[in-house]
Amino acid sequence: MRTLTKLNNSTVADDVSAESATARHELDGRIKGSSPLARDTMHAAPHPHAQAHESAVKHVTGRAAYIDDLKAPADTLHVALGLSPVAHGRLTRLDLDKVRGMPGVVDVVGFHDVPGHTDIGPVFPGDPIFVEEEISYVGQVMFAVAAESHRAAREAVQAAGVEIDEQPACLDPVAAAERGEFVRPTHVQQSGDWEQALANAAHVIEAEQFVGGQEHFYLEGQACLVQPTEDEGVIVHTSNQHPSETQKLVAEVLGIPFHAVTVEVRRMGGGFGGKETQASPWACIAALIARRTGRATRVRLPRADDMRATGKRHPFHNRYRLGVDDQGVIQGGEITVIGDCGYSPDLSDAIVDRAMFHSDNAYSLGEARVTGHRARTHTASNTAFRGFGGPQGMMAIEAAMDDIARRIGEDPLTVRKRNFYRPGRQTTHYGQQVDQIALLRELVEQLETSSEYWTRRRAITEFNAESPIVKRGLALTPVKFGISFTAKHLNQAGALLHVYTDGSVMINHGGTEMGQGLHTKICQVVARELGLDTDEVRITATRTDKVPNTSPTAASSGADLNGQAARDACVKLKERLFDFAHEHLYKDQGLDREDMRLESGHLVAGYGESERRIPWGELVQSAYLNRISLSEKGFYATPLIHYDRNVGQGRPFYYYAFGAAVAEVSVDTLTGEYQVDRVDILHDVGDSLNPAIDLGQVEGGFIQGMGWLTSEELKWNEAGRLISDGPATYKIPTYGDLPPVFNVKLMEGHPNSMASIYRSKAVGEPPFMLGMAVWSALRDALASLADYAEAPRLDTPATPERVLMAAEALRSRYDAAQAQGAV
Amino acid sequence: MIDFMLNGQPRRCEATPETSVLELLRETLGVTGTKEGCASGDCGACTVAIGEPGPDGELRYHSANACITPAHQLNGRHLVTVDGLAEGEALHPAQAAMVACHGSQCGFCTPGIVMSLFTLHEQQRQAPAPLTPQRLEAALGGNLCRCTGYRPIRDAAMTMSAHPDHRPLWLDAAAPKQGEQADPPADATFLQPTSLAELNECLKRHPRARLVAGGTDLWLETTQRLARFERIIDVTRVAELNAVDEATLKDGRHGWWVGAAVTYSRLEPLLEEHYDAFAHLLHRLGSQQVRNRGTLGGNIANASPIGDTPPVLLSLGSRLRLVGPEGERELPLDEFFLDYKRTALREGEAIRAIFLPRPAAGQTLKVWKLSKRREDDISAVLGAFTWRMEDGILRDVRLAFGGMAATPKRAARAEAALEGHAPDASAFLAAREALAEDFQPMSDVRGSADYRRLSAANLLERLRLVIAQAETDSPREVMLHAYAH
Repeated sequence: MRTLTKLNNSTVADDVSAESATARHELDGRIKGSSPLARDTMHAAPHPHAQAHESAVKHVTGRAAYIDDLKAPADTLHVALGLSPVAHGRLTRLDLDKVRGMPGVVDVVGFHDVPGHTDIGPVFPGDPIFVEEEISYVGQVMFAVAAESHRAAREAVQAAGVEIDEQPACLDPVAAAERGEFVRPTHVQQSGDWEQALANAAHVIEAEQFVGGQEHFYLEGQACLVQPTEDEGVIVHTSNQHPSETQKLVAEVLGIPFHAVTVEVRRMGGGFGGKETQASPWACIAALIARRTGRATRVRLPRADDMRATGKRHPFHNRYRLGVDDQGVIQGGEITVIGDCGYSPDLSDAIVDRAMFHSDNAYSLGEARVTGHRARTHTASNTAFRGFGGPQGMMAIEAAMDDIARRIGEDPLTVRKRNFYRPGRQTTHYGQQVDQIALLRELVEQLETSSEYWTRRRAITEFNAESPIVKRGLALTPVKFGISFTAKHLNQAGALLHVYTDGSVMINHGGTEMGQGLHTKICQVVARELGLDTDEVRITATRTDKVPNTSPTAASSGADLNGQAARDACVKLKERLFDFAHEHLYKDQGLDREDMRLESGHLVAGYGESERRIPWGELVQSAYLNRISLSEKGFYATPLIHYDRNVGQGRPFYYYAFGAAVAEVSVDTLTGEYQVDRVDILHDVGDSLNPAIDLGQVEGGFIQGMGWLTSEELKWNEAGRLISDGPATYKIPTYGDLPPVFNVKLMEGHPNSMASIYRSKAVGEPPFMLGMAVWSALRDALASLADYAEAPRLDTPATPERVLMAAEALRSRYDAAQAQGAV
Repeated sequence: MIDFMLNGQPRRCEATPETSVLELLRETLGVTGTKEGCASGDCGACTVAIGEPGPDGELRYHSANACITPAHQLNGRHLVTVDGLAEGEALHPAQAAMVACHGSQCGFCTPGIVMSLFTLHEQQRQAPAPLTPQRLEAALGGNLCRCTGYRPIRDAAMTMSAHPDHRPLWLDAAAPKQGEQADPPADATFLQPTSLAELNECLKRHPRARLVAGGTDLWLETTQRLARFERIIDVTRVAELNAVDEATLKDGRHGWWVGAAVTYSRLEPLLEEHYDAFAHLLHRLGSQQVRNRGTLGGNIANASPIGDTPPVLLSLGSRLRLVGPEGERELPLDEFFLDYKRTALREGEAIRAIFLPRPAAGQTLKVWKLSKRREDDISAVLGAFTWRMEDGILRDVRLAFGGMAATPKRAARAEAALEGHAPDASAFLAAREALAEDFQPMSDVRGSADYRRLSAANLLERLRLVIAQAETDSPREVMLHAYAH
């Protein structure tokens, strides 16, 4: 028997500020129950550990296996897809005979070959697995070919005879909204008499903006490998954020029970939301072919097919009309957001909701009405992407902040701070109290100081006065992001814990690993609960036959939900082991059952001289011999949350995560070229579960958000065909876009005010929106061309072209005004 | 038949002419550490290192995108992939640093990043030099990472030298002799001539064969559009096409005949010495992986309206030397580009060399490239301008543009508006107006026609400011130097 013993038993005293101590005290009352679970979440990890990613060594040696690296039987089939070349029309003829005759082709499938459901819409119907007749976008799947090689399948696709009765395509979401072309009904949130507030306001700020979409550009494209099983089912290996949904859809398409389908995800080469619903169609198609042919079947989409066929971040059109007082403080008004949903609902209902929930960002809107439309257009069905509509909603209010500042002639930071949620103005337009308002203020003030905002502001103003071509800009933008799925039922998670007789531990949970370090964090949670090294805890893969009915790994919730579920399993097992030890191992030793703990690879009971220690391995083996179960399942459901969509009010979020960024840019106003010179970030993760991983999320999120707002431009031609369909034309940030000065810190000393896992906070999405600072800084630089009297409209992505055109518009208008003034 | 070494082991494979190194690795050999991210040479996930003997016989490793590198070009080379770098548990410093710095998240781009760091590490071994921001950008600019935001990767690059130098000994193993090249079978579909005479012979026998050098554009035809190549003639091993020879033209101009197969990377030192602005452009042309393989000859023969080097060479008054069945001929570059992707090359002809003139006394060259992303992007507009100042008057003004017409093209009217004038506002206003006559650009994915017109005209304004600045010694910046010099 291997016994696991360790000597490292360092403890670090909790170091918390008075405010957070008070917060904890308050919560003692709020979190009911005296179970160990409720008690222990009050405390931060004794030593938050910057543990390396569990797969780091495998990543750098090429041993980490992605879907297309998995060994498969020699006769595995390869699939290529026949995609629609037009955006809207009727498929009048689909002749696949020639395709069947192409070299290496084994099977060709289309709509009429599907035995079960043909609609694979994830939440609402509307996504046919193959085109039946109606074609809704360029890139929609018409048929699939399975051949002996990837290339043979791709070549065969080209032999199809396709005739389409083409119809005019709608590519403009605003026009669609005006015509009432929606994929889901409009939703409204309202607080107070917004019309009166507008009427009474000293100034009314009014503008509109276009916020561009974003391609996920996960480096590993959509891929799956499906193997038929000996009964009617399949095993699906997939690069996928939502295995349970894929299980359901595959079963429905095949017309078999869910238990005949097992879905496994070891890791993804990036997800970002792009594999939440968009990974399922390929699994369904491959499963269909695997069942028809009895052979393993692979799909991997070529990058251009991937970019055409799958949905992206929703482009948005936002409008705002806000009444402010002389200090620039918002009194009320209205914000309307129109999400460009593409051809079907997919997740758009919740995404536009989240845009609405975040159209306030960190500011009180006062008496406000927020309206969200879900426009239908003939493009791929837009989908989840880090932030899930939140970023697009925030862009409206951040634009307004700059606009207000120019109107009243104050620095944008001053205006932002005046509008923050504050005592007396603490309730959002959807009725949730904003907790931790002091935290946001403190965070921004710390950053203001550490970034030397005001010193640099003065230097920049002086520089711009002397520099006619190159202009500099500076901006601080905050983030307040609500954590929880707004679909309440998704806020649950399960875990399965096994302890083997050598003491090694296996944990499975419902979350998937896409690089965000979820598995690393879960292993740390289990190791901490069981007093072990993380080396002793392993996660194999996420499998629907280990933990069933899981939620997608999305909404930043992976660690919050699954961490609690894993912990629940550990706590239950721990209690059982303590009971066992108390009864069998320490009988009549006078040791208090309540004092037992697992630490440093031992079960420890008692203190000081009466302390007794049993190595973990010995404990486990004795438990086994005494017929005590060493397996446990855990479950967690987020408390307190609710939202009534009928009235647009509630408390949809368990808590908020905060952050802020300061960006400085230089702009060449002759060409629109610009560079980001310096970025300072302070971000709130509560008590970090793993500072290295959290820092990685903050930095990576910022750069991805910056890319969204700057160089990443999706372009369709007039016929609705995506023409930025690969990395040659779609430009995500590269090494040179890393700001030369990049100071990124995690906020310390502010544990989550809610009882999250070890008082940590979700970190996947919130930092993405820090990228708004770059966009706002570009507007600041441009505003100098008009002596800061006007903030230019700057739609996104703010490519050099858009920056130049904004500069040109501003300069001609301002110069004309100057000339007129001179006359 | 391809004879090469893979991570220290000799290998011999058959492959069709269009097979890429990546397909050979993943599909033929089942070695899957190297990933496919785009199959177009734009993301770097498939980065590998290819070793070939330098002048001293020692192997030199350079990075390449395996997805667009012809597998047959591995003949006689040593291919190093991420799968081979670690020996058991002992990680190569590039790997160890990536782990220590938390440089991987999803891990899919990581093998490519490790290989780019590996080639940097090899360069440092052979010729240690400070890791300036520019060098790191060159080393890593061709590797997209969607997760980390690059900061930890930068840290890994800066700190890898501090890790124990576990460097596999087989890295110095000589590559095998290339098989069967001296006397290829008559029906060979991938021909690798080593001399001009052999190249001529190949061209004569197969006048319709496709020519390849780096393959950085041609290979997209097969990875993206599934083209099959009947026969390929690989010019990269033709000795004469790899030479850079000093020469004097009949018109008395001095300069260099640069062989058509000379890669951008090899050209860099020459340009750095003589044409700072051209060298700076090179740093923004493609990525290191592309520059290690792409050639001046390929960029010209490809005749794309948005190729980066043709406008520069047009502004410098470059000439071409062509080889073909009827012998050699020369023509000015101005006469080479006929129409969109159409050139003066006749069937069976190839570019042998490009004449790069030595800078004339008093001549200045400026090259300004506009693109969505500073690094590894294709131009929306590129302007290349040369001139001399003679007693306050502009002389020998040549203004060439990319992205403004169906071919790379000089702005004849704008040149005329400046030639012989003082560089004042009125001359440049005239040039600006003339430019609108010279070009009717189009809208595409890289920029609208309006943007192209406006930004190209504004580049002339920048030119005016730069000339004025040189005269007055003004300290004001008129451009961002990360983009332009």
